[in-house]
Amino acid sequence: MLRPLVALCAALCSMAIAPPALAAREATAVVVQDAFVDLRTGPGRGFPVAYSVERAATIQLLRQRTDWIKVRTHEGREGWVHRSQLERTLTSDGAEVRVAGPSPAARAEHRWEAELATGDFGGANVVGVRGAYALTPSLLVRADASHLLGDYSNGWLGAVGIAHVFVPEWRVSPFVGLGGGMLSISPKATLVQAEDRTDSIAYAGLGLRGFLTNRFLLQAEYRSYVVFTSRDENEEIDEWTVGFTYFF
Amino acid sequence: MDRGLHLLLLTALAAVAWPGSAVAQARDEGAALPAQQPQVVEPAVKRRDVERAQIDTENFEAGVFVGTISIEDFGSSFVYGGRLAYHFTEDVFAEASIGTSEAGKTSYEDLSGAAELLTDSEREYTYYDLAIGWNALPGEVFFGGDRAMPSSVYFTLGAGSTRFAGDDHFTVALGAGLRLLVTDWVALHLDVRDHMFDSDLLGDKKLTQNLQVGLGVTAFF
Repeated sequence: MLRPLVALCAALCSMAIAPPALAAREATAVVVQDAFVDLRTGPGRGFPVAYSVERAATIQLLRQRTDWIKVRTHEGREGWVHRSQLERTLTSDGAEVRVAGPSPAARAEHRWEAELATGDFGGANVVGVRGAYALTPSLLVRADASHLLGDYSNGWLGAVGIAHVFVPEWRVSPFVGLGGGMLSISPKATLVQAEDRTDSIAYAGLGLRGFLTNRFLLQAEYRSYVVFTSRDENEEIDEWTVGFTYFF
Repeated sequence: MDRGLHLLLLTALAAVAWPGSAVAQARDEGAALPAQQPQVVEPAVKRRDVERAQIDTENFEAGVFVGTISIEDFGSSFVYGGRLAYHFTEDVFAEASIGTSEAGKTSYEDLSGAAELLTDSEREYTYYDLAIGWNALPGEVFFGGDRAMPSSVYFTLGAGSTRFAGDDHFTVALGAGLRLLVTDWVALHLDVRDHMFDSDLLGDKKLTQNLQVGLGVTAFF
């Protein structure tokens, strides 16, 4: 009984010790190639420029938050520099530096997508999390999990499927999808003679996706679900959702 | 017959040998060319080395919060929970949060003294919320004379579910908060959330507003 607790404590302690160990790791050093590089007081475009370093100065890259990188000059001054300025620096060996982050090409080249979606599933509200992996720019493998919240019943829906995006390089492109999964419905306690049921489902969908920026997509989708019930007739349910998608 | 065959063979041999000698000649000419005509432009193509910078990216933010929540008709209670955020850009982030509280008694229950509307387990109030946030007003906060901390006033819009009175309710949550970066990777949050959901617990179905005020601490990693 005590052993897992001790192990947990040890793990937590090692985690607590870990940050200094990370900080001690040798930071990447780069040589400025622009006329000068602006060091801001915080990780954002609105923060004031507190200091500038000239061409040929060496700066150390400490940490990155979104598009901003915290750097330290050889005098020990610290500040945040935008990714675009660091892309015009060289390492001490003369190699160009690439900093992680999306580029305009990411619209057609990205691999992973994550989406928060909400909408209506046959009269019930939907809260969903969806993920997609792009096998090619126009062929996506998708997986989603949705929580269904209705007036008379609640449920969970899990599905995997594929989608074809017609023109991935367009700003707004239509897509179609197919998939299957499981639907679990539990009627609310106030209803009599109600029992939980879990059925397999299949869907065909149609949607539109548009790029908001080089990082975000807005997707609207209609899906027609068929629920393979154990009763005589299969059930058909329509789902309408909108989602906010980030791509990596 | 024999002579015909010989002729054919000789012709074939000549046909093979001749272009060969032409190729050999062309090669000799090519070798002789630089001596006669020196190249004006020498291509100085060098392979470009690109190195991916090894930087510790810290776009995730995780933490806990405590606060008070006013559950409509059921008084105010202590609430605590956790949050996990991912910062996409300096402006936009996604946040998942969970929280739990225990509802008090309605005024009616207090006054009547007897009738209990809910059992103890039904008074448990738990929720989750998936939200998109916008760092609307970034800035700096000054603490004393020589300490400035980056800050941001943010707004969130989310959807999720609340379990209360033995039932799950679809919940829309609107929020606003202040994030203060105490160090590069530790932040303090002061935020207000309004969790809205339809409830028919006290007869007619109505939209309930459940306001939460919380104080939290998070770490970027």
